[in-house]
Amino acid sequence: MYEITCDVAIVGGGPAGLAAAAAAKKEGTEKVIIIERDETLGGILQQCIHPGFGLKLFKEELTGPEYYGRFVDKVKELGVETLMNSMVLEIEKNTVVCMNKEHGITNVNTKSIVLAMGCRERTRANIMIPGTRPAGIYTAGSAQRLMNRQNEMVGKKVVILGSGDIGMIMARRMTLEGAEVVAVVELNNFLAGLTRNKVQCLDDFGIPLLLSHTITNIKGNDRVEGVVVSKVDEATKKVIAGSEQFFECDTLLLSVGLIPENELTRKAEIEISSITNGPVVNQYMQTSIPSVFACGNVVHVNDLVDNVSTESAIAGASAAKFAKGELGGGEEISVKTGENVRYVCPQRVVGGGGKVDFYFRVMAPKGQSVIAAKDGDKVLCSRKTIKVNPGEIEKITVDLGGVREIVIESREA
Amino acid sequence: MKTDVLVIGAGAVGTAITRELSKYNLNVICVEKREDVGGDCSKSNSAIIHTGYDASPGSLESELVVSANPAYDQLCADLDIPFSRIGAILPAITDEQFAKLPEIKEKAMKNKVYDVEYLTREQLLQMEPELNKDVKGGLYIPRESIIDPFLFVVAMAENAVANGATFMLSTEVTGIKTENGKICGAETTAGYIEADYIINAAGLFCDDVAAMVGKNDYYVNPRKGQFYILDKNTSCKVNHIVLPIPTKLTKGKLMCPTIHGNMLVGPTAEDLTDKYDKSTTKEGLDSIREDVSKLIPNVRLGDTITQYSGLRANRNPEGLHIDTYEDLYGYVNLSGVRSTGLTNSISVGSYVAMLLKNMGLDMVWKENFISKRKGISRFHELSREEQDRLIKENPLYGNIVCRCETITEGEIVDAIHAPIPARSVDAIKRRLRAGMGRCQGGFCGPKVLEILARELNCETSDICKNNAKSYMICGKVK
Repeated sequence: MYEITCDVAIVGGGPAGLAAAAAAKKEGTEKVIIIERDETLGGILQQCIHPGFGLKLFKEELTGPEYYGRFVDKVKELGVETLMNSMVLEIEKNTVVCMNKEHGITNVNTKSIVLAMGCRERTRANIMIPGTRPAGIYTAGSAQRLMNRQNEMVGKKVVILGSGDIGMIMARRMTLEGAEVVAVVELNNFLAGLTRNKVQCLDDFGIPLLLSHTITNIKGNDRVEGVVVSKVDEATKKVIAGSEQFFECDTLLLSVGLIPENELTRKAEIEISSITNGPVVNQYMQTSIPSVFACGNVVHVNDLVDNVSTESAIAGASAAKFAKGELGGGEEISVKTGENVRYVCPQRVVGGGGKVDFYFRVMAPKGQSVIAAKDGDKVLCSRKTIKVNPGEIEKITVDLGGVREIVIESREA
Repeated sequence: MKTDVLVIGAGAVGTAITRELSKYNLNVICVEKREDVGGDCSKSNSAIIHTGYDASPGSLESELVVSANPAYDQLCADLDIPFSRIGAILPAITDEQFAKLPEIKEKAMKNKVYDVEYLTREQLLQMEPELNKDVKGGLYIPRESIIDPFLFVVAMAENAVANGATFMLSTEVTGIKTENGKICGAETTAGYIEADYIINAAGLFCDDVAAMVGKNDYYVNPRKGQFYILDKNTSCKVNHIVLPIPTKLTKGKLMCPTIHGNMLVGPTAEDLTDKYDKSTTKEGLDSIREDVSKLIPNVRLGDTITQYSGLRANRNPEGLHIDTYEDLYGYVNLSGVRSTGLTNSISVGSYVAMLLKNMGLDMVWKENFISKRKGISRFHELSREEQDRLIKENPLYGNIVCRCETITEGEIVDAIHAPIPARSVDAIKRRLRAGMGRCQGGFCGPKVLEILARELNCETSDICKNNAKSYMICGKVK
């Protein structure tokens, strides 16, 4: 079997892996390798040909390929090595077992590992839509890949379930390709994705958004012939009998959420949060196996790639420090979720001091709110915001000096 | 086209008959209207190889199932397909159910399934820690087993092909020609096939075929069964086939592992009239939750990765029938093959061979019959050393296409060019499980489509999910 040795091995060459690799190399480690299953770097951004990336990080609007292109240039310049077309089969503390056509089974022996595998889409079965199982039901991301990377048109008359960002972006994309988008149907009474995507992708093209509606049946034996859309009660989300409408279509796209892809993490018995479905990490993006770090959508699903890049740079630099034996530890401080907070990442911090950015999502949309980090009754820091929305990640920065416990909350003002 | 025997339908039964007949010096053609073998019922069922403990004692079904079960260990080894004798338990949760156990055991004895045993509450809870703690006692049926129903049919068909039989897929029988009370042949969508013997193994549609020769003194209605498949990672698992105590109305809903490590939960039993209605319904899926949680209270149906429904071919009047007719020489009609059809397909095969022999067909055994079939290498089941060797032999095995189930491009290409070729996305999925994992083809679907088009030398818009009208792609982007 083929053997490789390195300091930091990075699993995945999407935006998270690229940013982690660059940071690891900059930290002064000798050999950093990105292991990527695709034939090209860039991950999911390769199919995100629309603009809207980089506003935070580069202060300019880039397309997906432009955004990752900058990182690819950077890692090449820094001398990061790549192992392309290589699928990782399992990881251990200091080994990544992968395979490719050229070398067969390959053992990568490494001082530290960064997990950056991204996420996958929830499917029709996850949300249990009854009906037949014809051709023409795609997750929005698969349809996006087919259209933007393989030049294949998936359908002509489309209903989209879920108001996630990919769904809305695909509504615009399919319209531009001449398809008719009948409606975007959303179970909740609020938008799942970013408001700017609703404006730019739905409103500008006159595509109706049906909030508090869902699909209750799929018709068609060979190809989709239509879907039954029903109204749901805003509070209970139960289907309201008699509200069914039949929408004729040949395609159903699903944009019903993303799940971090943690098969390797699970197999390695790394602690996983039941809320984010990603590994539990500290402020260094370090998992329950000290030599294994994680970043990007494998940890928690982000809405902006800019945040992924920032978080991944921390993971990469920390993995490099660990490889050099320079990563500090300390006493563990617990991070808890307070009012209207679904999860916080990182979920734990190790003591010492310094400033840590905490990213979190709220449970329910609220108007004017005060976001705060507390240690008991003591407010560590707080800020006001005009509104909070589960679809948009919030951030709060806390100075860890002298803190014993951190509770993060979002209280309606 | 001319053949000695024409088998209509390539479900488990039709395929098993074809394979059985391929042991003799005969020309055998099996026609199937769908794009793949595995028919309707044979690919959407509970994937259990039954013992026959609960059959109607003395019936033909009882004889066929009871005699088929012991043959599976050798057969599956010969055909290179996975099979596991995990055994079934029948836990009694209520006093009323507990009182029924002796009756069930007695019936098993009458069916000559002598290894059915009583189990105490403690034994049951030890065997199945997730079982309802109210369990009073139960029965153990050790030889109830699980199989991969798709691979089973594909493997039998491939083995039959290796022994000279022919399968004609996407070929529908539209009429049967008879003359002077004798079978002459069949009109099909692929032309007329002259045949001395015709076996009607059309399952759900066997009454329609029987009507072509006026032997439809019965009708078939579909009895729908809906199922959930749960993620391999679900926290609440069972180790055996956990069966409810049957009521007068139904055999009830079970939970069991699949041969690949998922959990299967279901089925419902709903009598329908539409033979094409394979939809799932909220009511049906909800009823599974309600019933199965009585047996396994912590079952996590939220961990489902797919739901499907299958249609049992329910005969009216009921009962498994294999009929020949004095006034129609050369015709064999099978009807009422239901839940036990997967199991008894192989004994039905030998039974039909016997009927043909009795009818006067000259059946000379092939001395060079090939009993073994080698399947496609299952990459993910190999050791790292074996995987490494395989990639070195064929680099296509070095490219993982389906990441959920670890299926390689090599396996997909092999399946496309196998003796029974996989030509649709679903055919690939059934043989290899690419697209059967937790992302349900989200990642591998677009790649499988490309590989199929490349290997079959056609446009991606020609590739279907399954049948001819189930196109995936409607053209190129602008």
